[in-house]
Amino acid sequence: MKEYNKLIFEISKEGRKAYTLPKCDVPECTKEDLIPEELLRKTTLDLPQVSEVDVIRHYTQLSNKNYGVDSGFYPLGSCTMKYNPKINEDMASNPHFTGIHPYQPEKTVQGALELMYNLEIKLAEIVGMDGFTLQPAAGAHGELTGLMIIKAYHESRGDNKRKKIIVPDSAHGTNPASAAVAGFDIVEIKSDESGLVDLENLKAVLGDDIAGFMLTNPNTLGLFDTKISDIAKLVHDTGGLLYYDGANTNAIMGITRPGDMGFDIVHLNLHKTFSTPHGGGGPGSGPVGVKKDLISYLPVPIIEKVESEYVLNYDKPQSIGKIKSFYGSFGVIVRAYTYILTMGAEGLKKASEVAVLNANYVKEKLKLYYLSSDTVCKHECVLGGLREHAEGISTLDVAKRVIDYGYHPPTIYFPLIVDNAIMIEPTETESVETLDSFIEAMINIAKEALENPELLKNAPHDTPIRRTDDVKAARYPVLKWSK
Amino acid sequence: MFPYIPNTDLDQKKMLEDIGLNNIGDLFKDIPLNLKLNRRLNINEPMSELEVTKELKNLSGKNLNSEDLVCFLGAGAYDHYIPSVVKHITSRSEFYTAYTPYQPEISQGTLQAIFEYQTMIASLTGMEVSNASMYDGATACAEAAMLSMGNTKRKNIIVSKTVHPDTRKVLGTYIKFHGGVLIEVDSKDGETDVEMLSSLVDNNTAAVIVQNPNFFGIVENLAEVEKITHSNKSLFIMSVDPISLGILKTPGEIGADIAVGEAQSLGNTMNFGGPYLGFMTCSTKLMRKMPGRIVGQTEDVDGKRAFVLTLQAREQHIRRQKATSNICSDQSLNALAAAVYMSVMGKEGIKEVAEQCMRKSHYAYNQLIKSGKCKVIFNKPFFKEFVVETIATSDKVNDGLLQAGILSGYSLEKDYPELKNSILFCVTEKRNKEEIDKLVKLVEVIE
Repeated sequence: MKEYNKLIFEISKEGRKAYTLPKCDVPECTKEDLIPEELLRKTTLDLPQVSEVDVIRHYTQLSNKNYGVDSGFYPLGSCTMKYNPKINEDMASNPHFTGIHPYQPEKTVQGALELMYNLEIKLAEIVGMDGFTLQPAAGAHGELTGLMIIKAYHESRGDNKRKKIIVPDSAHGTNPASAAVAGFDIVEIKSDESGLVDLENLKAVLGDDIAGFMLTNPNTLGLFDTKISDIAKLVHDTGGLLYYDGANTNAIMGITRPGDMGFDIVHLNLHKTFSTPHGGGGPGSGPVGVKKDLISYLPVPIIEKVESEYVLNYDKPQSIGKIKSFYGSFGVIVRAYTYILTMGAEGLKKASEVAVLNANYVKEKLKLYYLSSDTVCKHECVLGGLREHAEGISTLDVAKRVIDYGYHPPTIYFPLIVDNAIMIEPTETESVETLDSFIEAMINIAKEALENPELLKNAPHDTPIRRTDDVKAARYPVLKWSK
Repeated sequence: MFPYIPNTDLDQKKMLEDIGLNNIGDLFKDIPLNLKLNRRLNINEPMSELEVTKELKNLSGKNLNSEDLVCFLGAGAYDHYIPSVVKHITSRSEFYTAYTPYQPEISQGTLQAIFEYQTMIASLTGMEVSNASMYDGATACAEAAMLSMGNTKRKNIIVSKTVHPDTRKVLGTYIKFHGGVLIEVDSKDGETDVEMLSSLVDNNTAAVIVQNPNFFGIVENLAEVEKITHSNKSLFIMSVDPISLGILKTPGEIGADIAVGEAQSLGNTMNFGGPYLGFMTCSTKLMRKMPGRIVGQTEDVDGKRAFVLTLQAREQHIRRQKATSNICSDQSLNALAAAVYMSVMGKEGIKEVAEQCMRKSHYAYNQLIKSGKCKVIFNKPFFKEFVVETIATSDKVNDGLLQAGILSGYSLEKDYPELKNSILFCVTEKRNKEEIDKLVKLVEVIE
């Protein structure tokens, strides 16, 4: 196919248009009649002028330069790129969901409120929490909300010296960043040799200045921390709260629950575990669940059921307040609800089981070629780069060569505590045939690294563009088009 | 078997054998027994597509939407026309099933679309730089406030009470936890009380935040506010309605350092409040302090134009607690919708939408005042929303209109106790004369 390399501005032509509007049927007047001249725009508005055909062709051409889950295998570790069921899209595009205004009287949006209320109950059961808010717009927003709850909880008890949050060195970058935004200082603790929490290191920092500990379990290495009950006890005994980063929930549904492990607060990523699409970067949704004692701190409004009516309750004096406009990513919430209805308890458990099986299968089949640990992993495996050192070949080169084989590369160089990390999360929605082809590709790449390293260094070969000059992009930023 | 789990029982058995395990349970042996959930999750059983569809239909059927009700409600979420093209593009799975474009070689679609979005938002606002998106208008405003605290090393954020009440509430939450102080400036005749503002701004002020058109729909003259803000070396943050910028003076022309806002109006459905699209723009000077993703243009090894995520040294995955923000996932697909919307409407279309909103809202306002059942509250220039005080109680007016199939405006009393029986009506380009006349007729007879 012919290569397309135009910006929408470059196909613009004076006089073309792609829209139609009804005639304005109220009495004629000009903007100058209604608004003082000094409040009007003087500068020109540089938006494209194109026909509808132009718009469709342009963005269709752009879409062809993208790779999504529907294009093929997308084992991007930590992101749970599972298949996005089409029924979810259909349900979410129902005009009786998309066409409702957030400030309509409650009696005219009972279906929307009921759906949200029901989803909160299901999520609470899945992770073993007592109350939920669906408001946070993404995982990091959920973290921020959870951290605000931690702060509000301590302060309400007059415990004002707890100004620090502990995060392990294996944590997602959002954990320390969210803690900083919420006004905490961050204490990072070193993990033990296998990447799990080092109890001694934890004990050394626990004290009456610690507000909480943020943890992922299974952690970012895909390993379940079996000492979790001891960790919870240590944190609670010194007055801290335990926060669960739910990015890895796809490993444990129906098998074990953060609430039972001793966590006090959980955020979930509906766009990971609950199959809602990632949208090229968003929108996501990051609901937060809490144990009983923390319910009163959840952001307002709270959805409540009063007799048979659903209402939004803003009268919560201990609440951290409002954290976003309106009530959450409702469109995403509808998709996640649809998914849970489809899967049911049995399906969610099966999803976690097969996600874990698929990850272990990939890890075992690659262990002769890539460094990995011998322990059983959970829903993702972290490899430590090529087993046999190939001169001048980096993990980045391996990842770029994966593209040539028709797959999206795994996450690389994360977690930070594993050198040359390659983090593979196959998810349960991939067949053994797909996994076998991917494994074969990864093994070929390991061989190519030794026999024909140029193939890796110059990869990818057949993509719309090849490797980019990122230094130039950052040093001389061009952030918009100009004539 | 489940439709989204391809591996059969036999597949699973073989895979387990292949890796030297006996059963699925062996994969979870590391989880202590006392932590295992030894029961079924107490949620629904799996449902077929037909059953799910029926269940969701049952729920959606309990809502009234903007086709059942003629919408005169705005207040931050707007019933604007969305061209059919938008959903056809955003429904392309190459866009919606991808994630963050960390691999530019296979993400040029998303990257270029965001680059175009940034260009269009910058042009619309008259600002130098736009980021790739924020969660919504309120959080974009809060992030701008935190940016100003970091940049000025000052703690006070001054916000006009004519800014959306929910935006001020979100600001309040963020600023409190972030260690700042939020100070509200009263409104006077529906506009920011400039005298009071002037007495509050000092060298502890990180930023002054105003909204234009403000929450009451009024187009404020902000020249004085800009001067006061900058003479104290504080940052001037404006929250704006992107549709209004088809005709109204831009934040760039007014002299804002940061312009933010809610861009749901640009091609995104009302969706009961989300997902929406926050935007953030700023001056080049503040570019490296901006939160969120930014797409930049560069070249590939063959010298071809290419787009990449850039200035990543600001972001959490690189900088962790020293990042400019914790934001990671953003609203990329909503930004794509906005880019497609702005491409379809073009420079003439946005202007025409803005002009229709303005003319139709003025017609509605004049007719309501003429009816004798509504009183003028603020005699100020407005854009697509306006406030009137109704003779009957606002509850009666809203209920009466609802019974007749009209979604009335926003009752202001809960946020502004002094504005009793005052309703904020919104009239977009989707309304026509007949609908407006019906609204007025109904208001005339409600006692």
